[in-house]
Amino acid sequence: MEHHLILRVVTKLLVGTIILFAFYVQFHGDFSPGGGFQAGVIMAVAFILYGLVFGLDAVQQVFPPWIVHKLVALGVLVYAGTGIWNMVLGYEFLHYGSLNPHHMSHGQHTGIIWVEAGVGITVTGVMIAIFYAFAGRAPRLGDDDW
Amino acid sequence: MTLEFFLGHVNYWLFIVLMMTGFYIVVSRGNYVKKIVGLNIFQVAVFMLYISIGKVTGGTAPIFPTNSQGKIKIDPEIVYSNPLPHVLILTAIVVGIATTSLGLALIIRIREEYDTIEEDDILEIEAAMAQAENDEHGSAMGGRA
Amino acid sequence: MTETIINVILFTMLVTTAFAIVRMTRLFAVVMLSGVFSLLTAMLFVTLDAVDVAFTEAAVGAGISTVLMLGTIALTSRSTKPSTRSNALPLLLVTLTGAVLVYGTLDMPTFGDPNAPAQTHLAPHYLNESITEIDVPNVVTSILASYRGFDTLGETAVVFAAGIGVLLILSGLRRRREEEEEDES
Repeated sequence: MEHHLILRVVTKLLVGTIILFAFYVQFHGDFSPGGGFQAGVIMAVAFILYGLVFGLDAVQQVFPPWIVHKLVALGVLVYAGTGIWNMVLGYEFLHYGSLNPHHMSHGQHTGIIWVEAGVGITVTGVMIAIFYAFAGRAPRLGDDDW
Repeated sequence: MTLEFFLGHVNYWLFIVLMMTGFYIVVSRGNYVKKIVGLNIFQVAVFMLYISIGKVTGGTAPIFPTNSQGKIKIDPEIVYSNPLPHVLILTAIVVGIATTSLGLALIIRIREEYDTIEEDDILEIEAAMAQAENDEHGSAMGGRA
Repeated sequence: MTETIINVILFTMLVTTAFAIVRMTRLFAVVMLSGVFSLLTAMLFVTLDAVDVAFTEAAVGAGISTVLMLGTIALTSRSTKPSTRSNALPLLLVTLTGAVLVYGTLDMPTFGDPNAPAQTHLAPHYLNESITEIDVPNVVTSILASYRGFDTLGETAVVFAAGIGVLLILSGLRRRREEEEEDES
């Protein structure tokens, strides 16, 4: 992709914006369309775009595979951990009201933010890991074969 | 069949047309990537069926309006569509892409083993392998098998 | 009425795209058309009031799945072999299945009926009580994360498992093969 100057410049401008948008979708999901699933996919798209244009090595320097593999598991643990924490507080599994027993709906807000964060982390991790796995194999077709 | 009945059900039939197109690709085409695309079309048609079950005439997206402090304004005039199918399908889409990528990974492995992703070729290779194995065992038993 | 017209136009485009996918033999075109199909689907979801779903479909279907399928084509082959088998049996099968499904829809409630069974059981509780119970404006989020939290935990686990599966199928082998090549050289 050495020769695609426009793609390279536009990608550099876009990657930051996409990541910012992913965080907006993640944390504004309570008020507008969005949430962990969409935010995770969008966050992954930012890194996939970077990897497509600048090459797999460049993106793996920014986001090494071992971190990605840890994130895949971390998200599920954050989600399940929220449920376990509710049990520690003496309520049912995933009963977020327990996080603020005097004001149940505030506890729900906190719980939803944690759970959505867990979903977002796992989806980001899985999508990037899949992209790394696919892109890590030598392609059989060259740039001009398409 | 009245016009009213037709208009009330034509959506479902269009979903079925899409679903069957996907199904046709899966059963009639031998290329594995194309089969996966067919499965995706099938899956999307099912999603549309679910979402259309949740649609209420004159309804709007199930997001409550808020005032400037972020407090929810309750307005009994507004009709909302059913949010439950949306939740089910939203998660199903993400699970769908995860399983699709698993299928694509399997295709890549098949390509490495068989050097083709056409079902017909793979069946031929399998048959030839079975034949060769059979011959080998047969000669070991004195050519009687 | 406008909504119906938009729906019909979108459907026509969807069906055209699907038929084009059936006929194409170049996989690149097939994958691109499946991206177009996803975007059209997302638009249709917006007209059906499912904005969250439309958002997801646009990001997943048109974005990631296109990239992954292109990656697969780059690793396998560019075009399909023309099918040698007869199309009669698949066509018969598909027509029969479609006819059975259409027969099944005859009992379904009218599209958009506010008194349909799907609208009268759980949805009113979610729409009326979630304001006091959860206090989150986006009902889809409150159902997804709170009311059906177990469900979403399961879905997250499925995504996790699929990711691990892809890693096992693709990356594990490459490491082994690299070691073998190092041994040979």
